[in-house]
Amino acid sequence: MKKTIIVFSGDLDKVMASFIIANGAAAMGDEVTMFFTFWGLNALRKPERIPTKKSFMEKMFGWMMPKGVNKLGISKMNFGGLGAVMMKKIMQQKQVESLQSLMETARMLGVKFIACTMSMDVMGFKPEELIDGLEFAGVASYLGEADQANVNLFI
Amino acid sequence: MAEYQVNARGLQCPGPIVQLFGTYKKCNSGDTIVIEVTEQGFKKDVYAWAKKTNCEILSMEEQDGVIKAVIKKN
Repeated sequence: MKKTIIVFSGDLDKVMASFIIANGAAAMGDEVTMFFTFWGLNALRKPERIPTKKSFMEKMFGWMMPKGVNKLGISKMNFGGLGAVMMKKIMQQKQVESLQSLMETARMLGVKFIACTMSMDVMGFKPEELIDGLEFAGVASYLGEADQANVNLFI
Repeated sequence: MAEYQVNARGLQCPGPIVQLFGTYKKCNSGDTIVIEVTEQGFKKDVYAWAKKTNCEILSMEEQDGVIKAVIKKN
Protein backbone atom coordinates (compact mmCIF):
# COMPACT_ATOMS: atom_id res chain seq x y z
CA MET A 1 0.00 0.00 0.00
CA LYS A 2 1.20 3.47 -0.86
CA LYS A 3 2.26 6.14 1.67
CA THR A 4 2.66 9.85 1.06
CA ILE A 5 4.44 12.52 3.09
CA ILE A 6 4.18 16.26 2.62
CA VAL A 7 7.46 17.78 3.75
CA PHE A 8 6.47 21.35 4.56
CA SER A 9 9.11 22.04 7.20
CA GLY A 10 12.74 22.81 6.50
CA ASP A 11 13.84 21.98 10.07
CA LEU A 12 16.55 19.34 10.34
CA ASP A 13 14.66 17.26 12.90
CA LYS A 14 11.37 17.32 11.01
CA VAL A 15 12.93 16.52 7.64
CA MET A 16 14.83 13.74 9.34
CA ALA A 17 11.62 12.30 10.83
CA SER A 18 10.08 12.45 7.34
CA PHE A 19 12.94 10.41 5.85
CA ILE A 20 12.95 7.89 8.70
CA ILE A 21 9.25 7.23 8.13
CA ALA A 22 9.73 7.16 4.34
CA ASN A 23 12.61 4.70 4.57
CA GLY A 24 10.79 2.54 7.08
CA ALA A 25 7.75 2.37 4.83
CA ALA A 26 9.88 1.59 1.77
CA ALA A 27 11.61 -1.17 3.75
CA MET A 28 8.20 -2.67 4.47
CA GLY A 29 7.65 -2.89 0.75
CA ASP A 30 5.46 0.18 0.38
CA GLU A 31 5.58 2.70 -2.43
CA VAL A 32 6.42 6.11 -0.96
CA THR A 33 5.98 9.61 -2.38
CA MET A 34 7.42 12.67 -0.66
CA PHE A 35 5.98 16.02 -1.71
CA PHE A 36 8.34 18.89 -0.82
CA THR A 37 6.68 22.24 -0.44
CA PHE A 38 7.54 25.67 1.04
CA TRP A 39 10.43 25.37 3.55
CA GLY A 40 10.74 21.66 2.82
CA LEU A 41 12.24 22.59 -0.56
CA ASN A 42 15.39 23.77 1.25
CA ALA A 43 16.26 20.12 1.86
CA LEU A 44 16.45 19.60 -1.91
CA ARG A 45 18.77 22.50 -2.67
CA LYS A 46 22.21 21.80 -4.05
CA PRO A 47 24.88 23.06 -1.63
CA GLU A 48 26.80 25.02 -4.25
CA ARG A 49 25.83 28.32 -5.82
CA ILE A 50 24.23 27.85 -9.25
CA PRO A 51 24.18 30.98 -11.41
CA THR A 52 20.60 31.84 -12.39
CA LYS A 53 18.65 34.88 -13.45
CA LYS A 54 16.61 36.08 -10.47
CA SER A 55 14.74 39.12 -9.23
CA PHE A 56 16.04 40.94 -6.15
CA MET A 57 13.44 39.32 -3.89
CA GLU A 58 14.19 35.86 -5.26
CA LYS A 59 17.89 36.44 -4.60
CA MET A 60 17.06 37.52 -1.02
CA PHE A 61 15.17 34.28 -0.45
CA GLY A 62 18.11 32.36 -1.82
CA TRP A 63 20.55 34.01 0.59
CA MET A 64 18.34 33.78 3.64
CA MET A 65 17.45 30.12 3.40
CA PRO A 66 19.60 27.03 4.04
CA LYS A 67 21.24 25.41 1.00
CA GLY A 68 20.53 21.71 1.34
CA VAL A 69 20.31 19.07 4.05
CA ASN A 70 23.62 19.85 5.71
CA LYS A 71 22.64 23.45 6.40
CA LEU A 72 19.25 22.88 8.04
CA GLY A 73 18.72 23.98 11.65
CA ILE A 74 16.69 22.20 14.33
CA SER A 75 13.17 23.36 15.19
CA LYS A 76 13.90 23.97 18.86
CA MET A 77 17.07 25.13 20.64
CA ASN A 78 18.88 25.89 17.40
CA PHE A 79 20.73 28.91 18.88
CA GLY A 80 22.01 30.15 15.57
CA GLY A 81 23.18 26.71 14.47
CA LEU A 82 24.90 25.64 17.70
CA GLY A 83 21.98 23.39 18.66
CA ALA A 84 22.05 21.73 15.26
CA VAL A 85 25.79 21.09 15.59
CA MET A 86 25.27 19.54 19.04
CA MET A 87 22.38 17.43 17.80
CA LYS A 88 24.40 16.15 14.83
CA LYS A 89 27.32 15.35 17.13
CA ILE A 90 25.11 13.35 19.53
CA MET A 91 23.40 11.55 16.68
CA GLN A 92 26.76 10.63 15.21
CA GLN A 93 27.91 9.22 18.57
CA LYS A 94 24.73 7.17 18.78
CA GLN A 95 25.20 6.02 15.20
CA VAL A 96 22.01 7.59 13.92
CA GLU A 97 22.18 7.94 10.15
CA SER A 98 22.79 11.51 9.00
CA LEU A 99 20.07 13.26 7.03
CA GLN A 100 22.31 13.12 3.97
CA SER A 101 22.61 9.36 4.33
CA LEU A 102 18.87 8.90 5.03
CA MET A 103 18.19 10.77 1.82
CA GLU A 104 20.57 8.56 -0.17
CA THR A 105 18.92 5.47 1.32
CA ALA A 106 15.49 6.82 0.35
CA ARG A 107 16.62 7.24 -3.24
CA MET A 108 18.13 3.77 -3.27
CA LEU A 109 14.82 2.35 -2.02
CA GLY A 110 12.99 4.11 -4.84
CA VAL A 111 11.17 6.76 -2.80
CA LYS A 112 9.67 9.31 -5.18
CA PHE A 113 10.48 13.00 -4.58
CA ILE A 114 8.12 15.65 -5.92
CA ALA A 115 9.09 19.35 -5.75
CA CYS A 116 6.10 21.70 -5.53
CA THR A 117 6.39 24.04 -8.50
CA MET A 118 4.24 26.77 -6.94
CA SER A 119 6.52 26.94 -3.88
CA MET A 120 9.56 26.94 -6.16
CA ASP A 121 8.12 29.92 -7.96
CA VAL A 122 7.34 31.79 -4.72
CA MET A 123 10.81 31.20 -3.32
CA GLY A 124 12.56 31.74 -6.60
CA PHE A 125 14.11 28.27 -6.83
CA LYS A 126 15.02 27.18 -10.34
CA PRO A 127 15.01 23.44 -11.18
CA GLU A 128 18.79 23.46 -11.73
CA GLU A 129 19.33 24.66 -8.14
CA LEU A 130 17.67 21.54 -6.76
CA ILE A 131 19.15 18.04 -6.64
CA ASP A 132 18.72 15.76 -9.64
CA GLY A 133 16.06 13.11 -10.06
CA LEU A 134 13.07 15.12 -8.85
CA GLU A 135 9.61 15.31 -10.33
CA PHE A 136 8.14 18.79 -10.63
CA ALA A 137 4.42 19.02 -10.03
CA GLY A 138 1.55 20.60 -8.15
CA VAL A 139 -1.10 19.74 -5.62
CA ALA A 140 -3.18 17.59 -7.98
CA SER A 141 -0.26 15.19 -8.44
CA TYR A 142 0.11 14.94 -4.69
CA LEU A 143 -3.63 14.33 -4.25
CA GLY A 144 -3.60 11.74 -7.01
CA GLU A 145 -0.97 9.80 -5.06
CA ALA A 146 -2.74 10.40 -1.73
CA ASP A 147 -5.95 8.91 -3.12
CA GLN A 148 -4.17 5.60 -3.58
CA ALA A 149 -2.39 5.75 -0.22
CA ASN A 150 -3.52 4.64 3.22
CA VAL A 151 -1.14 6.92 5.14
CA ASN A 152 -0.72 10.60 4.29
CA LEU A 153 1.41 12.74 6.56
CA PHE A 154 2.02 16.46 6.76
CA ILE A 155 5.33 17.28 8.43
CA MET B 1 16.83 -23.20 0.75
CA ALA B 2 19.50 -20.60 1.30
CA GLU B 3 20.40 -18.93 4.58
CA TYR B 4 21.45 -15.29 4.56
CA GLN B 5 23.34 -13.51 7.34
CA VAL B 6 22.76 -9.84 8.10
CA ASN B 7 24.89 -7.92 10.59
CA ALA B 8 22.90 -4.82 11.54
CA ARG B 9 24.65 -4.28 14.88
CA GLY B 10 25.08 -0.65 15.83
CA LEU B 11 22.52 0.60 13.33
CA GLN B 12 19.72 2.81 14.58
CA CYS B 13 16.14 2.79 13.35
CA PRO B 14 15.26 2.42 10.49
CA GLY B 15 18.68 0.91 9.57
CA PRO B 16 17.99 -2.69 10.67
CA ILE B 17 14.75 -3.07 8.73
CA VAL B 18 16.26 -1.35 5.69
CA GLN B 19 19.11 -3.91 5.78
CA LEU B 20 16.63 -6.72 6.34
CA PHE B 21 14.54 -5.59 3.38
CA GLY B 22 17.62 -5.43 1.15
CA THR B 23 18.36 -9.09 1.90
CA TYR B 24 14.68 -10.09 1.74
CA LYS B 25 14.54 -8.86 -1.85
CA LYS B 26 17.33 -11.25 -2.81
CA CYS B 27 15.60 -14.18 -1.08
CA ASN B 28 13.40 -16.83 -2.59
CA SER B 29 10.41 -18.34 -0.87
CA GLY B 30 11.57 -20.71 1.88
CA ASP B 31 14.92 -18.99 2.40
CA THR B 32 15.89 -17.84 5.88
CA ILE B 33 17.62 -14.70 7.12
CA VAL B 34 19.62 -14.58 10.34
CA ILE B 35 19.90 -10.98 11.51
CA GLU B 36 21.76 -9.49 14.45
CA VAL B 37 20.66 -6.12 15.78
CA THR B 38 21.43 -3.94 18.80
CA GLU B 39 18.56 -1.46 18.34
CA GLN B 40 15.99 -2.38 21.00
CA GLY B 41 12.96 -1.24 19.00
CA PHE B 42 13.71 -4.01 16.50
CA LYS B 43 12.25 -6.68 18.83
CA LYS B 44 8.76 -5.33 18.25
CA ASP B 45 9.35 -3.77 14.83
CA VAL B 46 10.38 -7.00 13.17
CA TYR B 47 6.96 -8.55 13.88
CA ALA B 48 5.21 -5.66 12.14
CA TRP B 49 7.71 -5.93 9.29
CA ALA B 50 7.26 -9.71 8.96
CA LYS B 51 3.47 -9.43 8.91
CA LYS B 52 3.68 -6.88 6.12
CA THR B 53 6.18 -8.80 4.02
CA ASN B 54 4.68 -12.27 4.62
CA CYS B 55 7.62 -13.60 6.60
CA GLU B 56 7.73 -15.77 9.67
CA ILE B 57 9.88 -15.22 12.77
CA LEU B 58 11.31 -18.65 13.52
CA SER B 59 13.25 -17.57 16.58
CA MET B 60 14.36 -14.53 18.49
CA GLU B 61 16.91 -14.45 21.26
CA GLU B 62 18.88 -11.76 23.01
CA GLN B 63 22.30 -11.98 24.54
CA ASP B 64 24.42 -9.10 25.87
CA GLY B 65 22.23 -6.56 24.12
CA VAL B 66 22.43 -8.29 20.77
CA ILE B 67 19.10 -9.45 19.37
CA LYS B 68 19.35 -12.40 16.99
CA ALA B 69 16.32 -13.22 14.91
CA VAL B 70 15.78 -15.95 12.34
CA ILE B 71 13.25 -15.00 9.70
CA LYS B 72 11.77 -17.16 6.95
CA LYS B 73 10.33 -15.82 3.73
CA ASN B 74 7.04 -17.55 2.95
